[in-house]
Amino acid sequence: MLAACGGDEASGRPTLNWYNFPDDSGALQKAADRCSQASGGRYSISYNKLPRAADGQRQQLVRRLAAEDDSLDILGLDVTWAAEFAEARWVREWTGKAKQEAVEGTLRVPLQTSTWKGKLYAVPYNTNTQLLWYRKDLVPTPPRTWAEMLDMADALSRQGKPHLVEVQGAQYEGLTVWFNTLINSAGGSILNASATEPSLGPPAERAAGIMRDLANSPAADPSLSNQMEDQNRLAMESGVAAFELNYPFVYPSMRSNNPELFKNFRWAPYPRVDANRPARPTIGGIDLAVSAYSRHPDLAFEAALCLRNRENQLTAALEGGLPPTLRALYDDSAFMKEYPFSTEVLAALESASVRPITPVYQNVSIAVSHTLSPPSGIEPESSVATIREQIDDALRSEGVIP
Amino acid sequence: MSTRAQPAGAPPPPETETGQAPDQAALSAGARQERRLGWLLCAPAVVVMIAVTAYPIGYAVYLSLQRYDLRFPGQAEFVGLGNYGAVLSSPFWWDAFWVTLFITAVSVAIELVLGMGLALVMHRTIFWRGTVRTAVLIPYGIVTVVAAFSWQYAWTPELGYLAELLPTGEAPLTEQWSALWLIILAEVWKTTPFMALLLLAGLALVPEETLKAAMVDGATAWQRFTKIMLPLMKPAILVALLFRTLDAFRIFDNIYILTAGAHGTGSLSILGYDNLFTALNLGIGSAISVLIFICVGIIAFTFVKLFGAAAPGAEVKR
Repeated sequence: MLAACGGDEASGRPTLNWYNFPDDSGALQKAADRCSQASGGRYSISYNKLPRAADGQRQQLVRRLAAEDDSLDILGLDVTWAAEFAEARWVREWTGKAKQEAVEGTLRVPLQTSTWKGKLYAVPYNTNTQLLWYRKDLVPTPPRTWAEMLDMADALSRQGKPHLVEVQGAQYEGLTVWFNTLINSAGGSILNASATEPSLGPPAERAAGIMRDLANSPAADPSLSNQMEDQNRLAMESGVAAFELNYPFVYPSMRSNNPELFKNFRWAPYPRVDANRPARPTIGGIDLAVSAYSRHPDLAFEAALCLRNRENQLTAALEGGLPPTLRALYDDSAFMKEYPFSTEVLAALESASVRPITPVYQNVSIAVSHTLSPPSGIEPESSVATIREQIDDALRSEGVIP
Repeated sequence: MSTRAQPAGAPPPPETETGQAPDQAALSAGARQERRLGWLLCAPAVVVMIAVTAYPIGYAVYLSLQRYDLRFPGQAEFVGLGNYGAVLSSPFWWDAFWVTLFITAVSVAIELVLGMGLALVMHRTIFWRGTVRTAVLIPYGIVTVVAAFSWQYAWTPELGYLAELLPTGEAPLTEQWSALWLIILAEVWKTTPFMALLLLAGLALVPEETLKAAMVDGATAWQRFTKIMLPLMKPAILVALLFRTLDAFRIFDNIYILTAGAHGTGSLSILGYDNLFTALNLGIGSAISVLIFICVGIIAFTFVKLFGAAAPGAEVKR
């Protein structure tokens, strides 16, 4: 990558290096080109691809920021990293006019992910959330709660029909997301409001109990303890499952891989824990931050805002399948046409939960996923006690992570 | 230095720590000159080694005595041996320790047997000697990470040709024991050639006439192998074992690609990496690194102590 050398610095036009997840659709490159054009020659944006896996992305960014590398300008952070990068003083605070523009028209929950100690450190770029996907030929009306869903799966299995519930049960971030969704849906949270100590309690035991119940029921996929989003998608497409909890990317994939099943492929809101309390699915997505070591911070703020403006978010949604963070886009006809489930996604986003916002989120997540893996081995009370201990250690930077 | 029997033809050992030979004091000016020259010739290498290794090792030791989390740069403080206590009292350290020990012991044992077999084949090959040796070395020449990726895909259901040999739905990399054996397989496949090469050098130490004499005396092939070849090859075997043990104990890349340490397959190096690069805990991570360093030191020291004269560093020349 010679772009890091400042490209055409000599001609007085700074190159801003944007580091983000690798996008194969071309939408991100398009946004970078558009914004370079729109700057009227004041800067050009070079889009650099980070590794594919989130852990690899974070490691590269952290390694370079810790070394005060000044060739990074705009950083695409996973929604769980903003607090950590802010606390380590690797990213700049958004203030004044830039902050105003960043907040304007942006969905509330994604903004929470880029806020730390009351200050804004990043601007939401895209968001994401899970829905319940099911087969209409097997399930005439989608279940409203987890208990209903397990009953339906039981009934289907007795009839000898496809009945599995596909969910992320491998020991990784996805397992933490599942637990976080359930604990929030049960009215609790992993950490207390000020993120100073674990909250957990009875809602955590309920959440862990649901995970264990699923894992030990006929609804569990035989390879549950090793499944990530993509294995869930493949299992659903192969016709062995009746339900799937996953992100909207499964929809276009089903359309092209199994047109027959696609005819009966439907979506519904994420199942609740309690019938009278809405489910609170965990959001994912990317926030754009400006590196503390950038040599052109003012231009970088401006460019980051351009990269996530209405036009570029729409392109990213239509071509890259990334749900936007601007509220207005959910009423856009082009978006709604391409995204038949935009209404449900928006509703999910309005009531969504975020993963614990803390600089030690990585350790918290590892404590959760490591303790709850495999789901069939969960013992609600002792598992939650273990998570509490490990989170206590993590919050004090003590203890070893597995 | 011990005063073990030396292979015939070896020069007497240079000065030993006790009972200095009387000629010690009377080292001729020429000998002194030569020794000085020896030091001078070594000096650049010694200086470079100190520059590139002593500083990082010293810095790692210093870091391991701190509570130092990259995410809280303002909170760094000296905690003495606290990190070592945290690591050694952590079940994660001991799990990784036993996994590492298991992989090391099993893979090195298998490599020794296979490597010996390959060395004998290469030693006895009359035709295409160069080709055979090159062919055997190919796995060692392939970058570990690349080879590990090919193993990983091969064992992944739906993708891999090896996974197809298993009953459907079997994902061997997701169970602790099967994954450990596959990690060992990948290690053995890759490093057996290295072992074979070192042992081949050892086979050259065995004089042909000794073997012929034994044959005349009626020794069977097995007796010739165990009574003549092995004892004479001992130095080479020990070098090979020591090198491979030290390497295997620090195993990282194969595990990183095959399982990333999930399902109880993480080695000590994986644990150190995760604590340094994922948890950004420089204190704990450095403590783990220093402990690995100490383990490696203990292994090397044990080898040298146990096998004295034959170990590397002892004077064994032919």
